[in-house]
Amino acid sequence: MPITLSINGQPRAVEADPDTPLLWVLRDELDLTGTKFGCGQALCGACTVHVDGTAVRSCQTAVGDVGAGKITTIEGINSREAQAVQAAWRALDVVQCGYCQSGQIMSAVALLTDNKKPSDSDIDAAMDGNVCRCATYQRVRAAIHDAARRLEA
Amino acid sequence: MNAIFKASDAALSRRSLLRAMGGIGIGLVIGADLAPLGSAALAATPEPAAFNPFVRIGPDGTVTVIIKHLDLGQGTATGLATLVAEEMDADWAKIRTEFAPLNPQLYGNKIFGGAQGTGGSTAMAASFDVYRRAGATARAMLLEAGAKALNVPADAITITSGTLIAGPKSVTFGELAEAAAKEKVPQDPPLKQAANYALVGKDGTHRVDNVAKTSGTATYTQDVKLPGMLVAVVAHPPRFGAKAGKVDDAAARAVKGVEAVVVVPQGVAVLARTTHAAMKGRDALKVEWNEAGAEKRGTDALRAEYRALLGQKGNVAESEGNVDAAFAHPGVKVVEADFEFPYLAHAPMEPMNAVAQITGDRVTVWTASQFPSADAPGAAAAAGTSPDKVTINSLWAGGSFGRRAVATADFVVEAVSIAKAHGKGVPVKLVWTREDDMKAGYYRPMYLHRVKAAVDAAGKPVAWQHHVVGQSILSGTFFEKMMVVNNIDATSVEGATEMGYEVPNRHVELTSPKTGVPVLWWRSVGHTHTAYAVETMIDQLAKAAGKDPVAFRMDIIKDPRLKAVLALVAEKARWGTSLEPGRFRGVAAHKSFNTYVAEVAEITLLDKGYRVDRVVAAVDCGFVVNPDVVRAQVEGGVGFGLGHAMQDAITLTDGVVDQANFDTYEPLRMSQMPKVEVHIMPSTQPPTGIGEPGVPPIAPAVANALFAATGKPILNLPFNRQTIGS
Ligand code: FES
Ligand code: FES
Repeated sequence: MPITLSINGQPRAVEADPDTPLLWVLRDELDLTGTKFGCGQALCGACTVHVDGTAVRSCQTAVGDVGAGKITTIEGINSREAQAVQAAWRALDVVQCGYCQSGQIMSAVALLTDNKKPSDSDIDAAMDGNVCRCATYQRVRAAIHDAARRLEA
Repeated sequence: MNAIFKASDAALSRRSLLRAMGGIGIGLVIGADLAPLGSAALAATPEPAAFNPFVRIGPDGTVTVIIKHLDLGQGTATGLATLVAEEMDADWAKIRTEFAPLNPQLYGNKIFGGAQGTGGSTAMAASFDVYRRAGATARAMLLEAGAKALNVPADAITITSGTLIAGPKSVTFGELAEAAAKEKVPQDPPLKQAANYALVGKDGTHRVDNVAKTSGTATYTQDVKLPGMLVAVVAHPPRFGAKAGKVDDAAARAVKGVEAVVVVPQGVAVLARTTHAAMKGRDALKVEWNEAGAEKRGTDALRAEYRALLGQKGNVAESEGNVDAAFAHPGVKVVEADFEFPYLAHAPMEPMNAVAQITGDRVTVWTASQFPSADAPGAAAAAGTSPDKVTINSLWAGGSFGRRAVATADFVVEAVSIAKAHGKGVPVKLVWTREDDMKAGYYRPMYLHRVKAAVDAAGKPVAWQHHVVGQSILSGTFFEKMMVVNNIDATSVEGATEMGYEVPNRHVELTSPKTGVPVLWWRSVGHTHTAYAVETMIDQLAKAAGKDPVAFRMDIIKDPRLKAVLALVAEKARWGTSLEPGRFRGVAAHKSFNTYVAEVAEITLLDKGYRVDRVVAAVDCGFVVNPDVVRAQVEGGVGFGLGHAMQDAITLTDGVVDQANFDTYEPLRMSQMPKVEVHIMPSTQPPTGIGEPGVPPIAPAVANALFAATGKPILNLPFNRQTIGS
């Protein structure tokens, strides 16, 4: 059935059953492949997107439940926080294989939007759901602190 | 040439076709960094000029470096591109990379006897000279063309950041590209002296994949979309070696979007228009499995069998002196231990996948191909054609840790088998779920070790007897001929043989039982278990000798480079200084893939369990091309190794794998990651690997810290919170 979603600031009509995970609508119907499939069970965070600014796991979000919620994917982030996060990620060369990094960045942006100066334990709490099998965690942490400094400036 | 990548994007497909027709002219090269391209860019995209199989320059000055090893995250694309940029004096900001197409003549790995592939931390060692020469060749050709264009002698020209300058006159690489590519290819272009390096060995060259991987635009196999493509999700048998019997696919076919259900040797595949429909279709399948010949033993049964084998004679892998006589010597102190290492899954972030299309007698595969020389014959056999009819388009890999380099090309073969069985000529994308990936086998083998060692009255080790029991990774693969000698698969015992310590009497045996569980190399291969057994035994021997673990090692290390990294790590970790109550240090040092790494772990003992607070590492991997890539690989290697040491195991119950997803196979998470500090030993030796060598020392370093804390050696992995208590 046709569903209209708000994605990255645009209304997008898609043909999908309401129980379809948002992840597959983004990837298969809308070609927004920056959002990744890692586990399908809300265990890894690779599929993280924002719905009304909150980080959610799109693999466990039925598209029929999103309603008028404003969805932002890695392709659509452009807030000050997002720019600071991407700049910090690049300055510190965080990525390795990169497959988890869209999700890491989406979680980090949501964290910094709520909390301008996260402590290490704030970072643990916000980022523990984002698995990185390459174990780039040390740089993810450093980049979040670095982005926080950029936001102060 | 019929391949069109993401054809919904006309600009991109045109560009791909242009590339396929020009340049090196072998199949289709897909951009590793598919920078956003609008149609305006398309109009202005004439063919880049090829200087050699590794370097192309576009009219806009973009230098594209063709990368012959897959970048699995280990930074190979950045490393090899750095060498080219350095020799050319190119502008780093204008460097792009692409993965090489299938062509072992041009892109083979000399350490693999010319086969095209990536593994064993060989990329830099195998390709250091190749890429320097490729860059120097291109530079010399640009210089020739520049001399003509500027009308000055070549030696009056200097090159800076992609611009040739002679007095007031200048010309860019982009302006010269077309003419320069037609210059005679020099035989022996001069290579830069290391003292003149501006990029190599320096910090500041950011990764080439930095922007694409932080903006969601890097393309992985999972992201491939082709016209008419179907997604396949497969019901795999619950036990290794089982085959599909009776299939009731009525409900599956009734799922909206499902186009076909086909039976293949690997299971039953549901093909659908979308991934979700394919998954739903698979859920609706009813399959009876024929389990004759399937592996039905669980890990408990295998453990009991292996344990019995430990007590019998194995094949001799190494023997020196007379261990029995040494053990019988009066006054020696003997330490004995049995170790157990579980099966481990690679579980890279991107589950295995591949896209395959069969058109007539041709097969085209899109996948992150770590071993094109295995994937091509595998794909050809599954399609019923010859390997020369195979095209492989390689993409970024969402990790591998060894999993994408399989002699049987298992998941590529599965994708091609489905395309063949479907028979409609459309591209088929095989998608494994996390559960498929976790249960598919090709694990790090389960191993049992028995070690008996002794120190003499002076506290020097005098004897070491070691028996390893576990499946051979190489037997049954095309590596067997090359690398299994006298029934010894070197990858089962490497690290236990050629031990880094002076022990006059040594005897190492190996028994390689067969099971139905597929096994494979896993980041650092044999060293994943041998380094653990050796390095924790060394701590036990040090204790028996009444010596400090670092001092004990310093006395008996043979190789000065291993000794030097141990000394460096001890200094940087302030070994021997006191720590707050409840905190302990452990050390381990190990050489793997010709790289030397020593690590000190600092832990805190908790009421229940422990926490790893900090890890200091010292590494000697010869001459370093990108120091930050080396640091990143050691940081990541420590985290990867630590997660598995602390909490991961693949177990089987009656042949069925117990783990399925990240709730039962728990990856290390942010809150568990220690601070890692990496110190690089300056060196002018040839560069050696760095993707793997950071892994082996971490588990024994942590175990040795726990040994220091509790006095109890840790013999079984993983050593999780439940099994450790203060
Ligand atoms: S794919 Fe959604 S959390 Fe892993
Ligand atoms: S960078 Fe590879 S999984 Fe995170």
